[in-house]
Amino acid sequence: MIQMSKATTISQGGAAAARLHSKSLGRRILDNWQMYALLLIPVVLTIIYKYIPMYGIQIAFRDFTPSKGFTGSTWVGLKWFQRFFSAPTCSRMIRNTVLISLYSLLWSFPIPIILSLIINQLRFQRYKRVVQTVLYAPHFISIMIVCGMIRIFLSPSGGLLNLILGTSTDFLTEASAFRTIYIASGIWQDAGWGCIIYLANVDPGLYEAAKMDGASVFQRILHIDLPALLPMAVLNLIMAAGGLMNVGFEKVWLLQTDLNKATSDVIAVYVYQQGIENAKYSYSTAVGLFNTAVNIILLVIVNKIASKLSDVEFV
Amino acid sequence: MARKNLNRAGGLSDKASDIILVAITAAVLFVVAYPLYYVVVASFSDPYDVYAGKTFLFPSGFTLDGYKAVFAEKSIVSGFLYSVLYTTIGTIFSVVMLYITAYPMAQKDLPGRKLLSLFFIITMYFGGGLIPTYLVVKKTGLIGNMWSLFLPGGVAVGNMIIVRNYFQNSIPHDLVEASEIDGCSKFRTFISVVIPLSMPILAVMAVFSMVAYWNDWFTAMIYLGGKGQPLPLVLRGILIKSSASSAQASLISGGYAELNKLTEMIKFCSMIVAALPMLIVYPFVQKYFEKGFMSGAVKG
Repeated sequence: MIQMSKATTISQGGAAAARLHSKSLGRRILDNWQMYALLLIPVVLTIIYKYIPMYGIQIAFRDFTPSKGFTGSTWVGLKWFQRFFSAPTCSRMIRNTVLISLYSLLWSFPIPIILSLIINQLRFQRYKRVVQTVLYAPHFISIMIVCGMIRIFLSPSGGLLNLILGTSTDFLTEASAFRTIYIASGIWQDAGWGCIIYLANVDPGLYEAAKMDGASVFQRILHIDLPALLPMAVLNLIMAAGGLMNVGFEKVWLLQTDLNKATSDVIAVYVYQQGIENAKYSYSTAVGLFNTAVNIILLVIVNKIASKLSDVEFV
Repeated sequence: MARKNLNRAGGLSDKASDIILVAITAAVLFVVAYPLYYVVVASFSDPYDVYAGKTFLFPSGFTLDGYKAVFAEKSIVSGFLYSVLYTTIGTIFSVVMLYITAYPMAQKDLPGRKLLSLFFIITMYFGGGLIPTYLVVKKTGLIGNMWSLFLPGGVAVGNMIIVRNYFQNSIPHDLVEASEIDGCSKFRTFISVVIPLSMPILAVMAVFSMVAYWNDWFTAMIYLGGKGQPLPLVLRGILIKSSASSAQASLISGGYAELNKLTEMIKFCSMIVAALPMLIVYPFVQKYFEKGFMSGAVKG
């Protein structure tokens, strides 16, 4: 608490801080009762719907029956994990999950950066505005509609892609095409929106100076824009690497067919099917927990790398 | 300017590079916009012409039958209305939650602020997962209840941090202090000074929640138990499972071919009807996106 009042002194300065500093902790809590009252509902909701489910993860080690509750069900140790690792599709699901997100990362990480570098160079403000508006549009469309479009465009009879190629391939039944479909549509939907964090990062003064010095567009990109967005890019890459096992359920599930399962079978879909469709609560939780555990390990590793990098680059 | 021609290092002139940049972005624009344009064109066309490849640029066999069928289809109309209901209530709920969390968290002198901050941020990285959360929602009696769409989401912590930082960085501290010296309580200051000054971030957050609720179907699928299905879930039956409802079948006298034709038209038209509201809304707040992100992303 001493630390906190120090922080107060620094951040606010002047008479107000001196006044606050002199007050006792109890007094300050009393002064802030309205703030705690505002926080009441958010805190209660977070406890019920975020923290209690975390506590409920223990059913991954139990044989959960609804009547006995989270803590009352029989302890079975690692039974469900063993069952998952001996499931015939286990290694396929892990491989698909990792490959889909790894390839997604490789493609969808650099594209927004390149796009934003180009957009930042556009000098006609109205055109720039139009470009941005159009590029953001797919982000605001439901994944359901995007998957509907994919299914229609890839349809073997009269689908747009087959019409253009003059073929009649049923792409969604080809296991070899699944990742490409998944990733390409992902880029279409979100690359434009992904630009937003990279745009408008540059100090305009720097820009004018470079122009006066006669720097070409390419030189300006290389020496002004790229260094300006690099820290954000590194941060983004780290965050993405930490979520490597987080393949979204929705799109895979909507695009999955019996024939493309060799590449579209992922852990998230399995968790849903076992848990919600088959009501195997404990088993599904165990599989989900395995996924989360891998993610946490990745996050810790990446965080370590990040703090090392930040020592070198950011400070 | 005379300087324009002084490019060193053999770079392109500004004019040449402008042309190249415009050409590249125009190609990107085409790739992004064309699929949407194609769906719009197809929705006004005879489906046989669509599948014969006659509608690459303009409608062929112009018809409004698809839209008529969409608005005659009970499940789509009720899905639309449910989506409007969920989006309205959900957006108000989410924005209120964001604000009542972010404002206290922006008080630098709030005792316990760090602990509370940790309390919320942990939920960004760790969660109970699908089934434990589902079981809690079930236990609290929300299955089949509209509030199952709003309450478990609770506070969107990432957005809350953006709003908190906006309060700290973009609301002039002098104004807040003046209001408190004038005898306003913190709550009063929040209502009459901070909220009116935070409209840009409010608009951005409202649009974000709106889009999220309008487009959500997964939460509705697992928690609503088949009742009160929102539009995207209705579309799932039409687009993904490709099932024609019996209501459609009874409407049609022309037999299976006609029914098939109508089913195809409904696919295109229902996608347009479902996507249009959000595509109309977001350009209005677009100018705030970058600003909101910038001031919100700076650590306070």
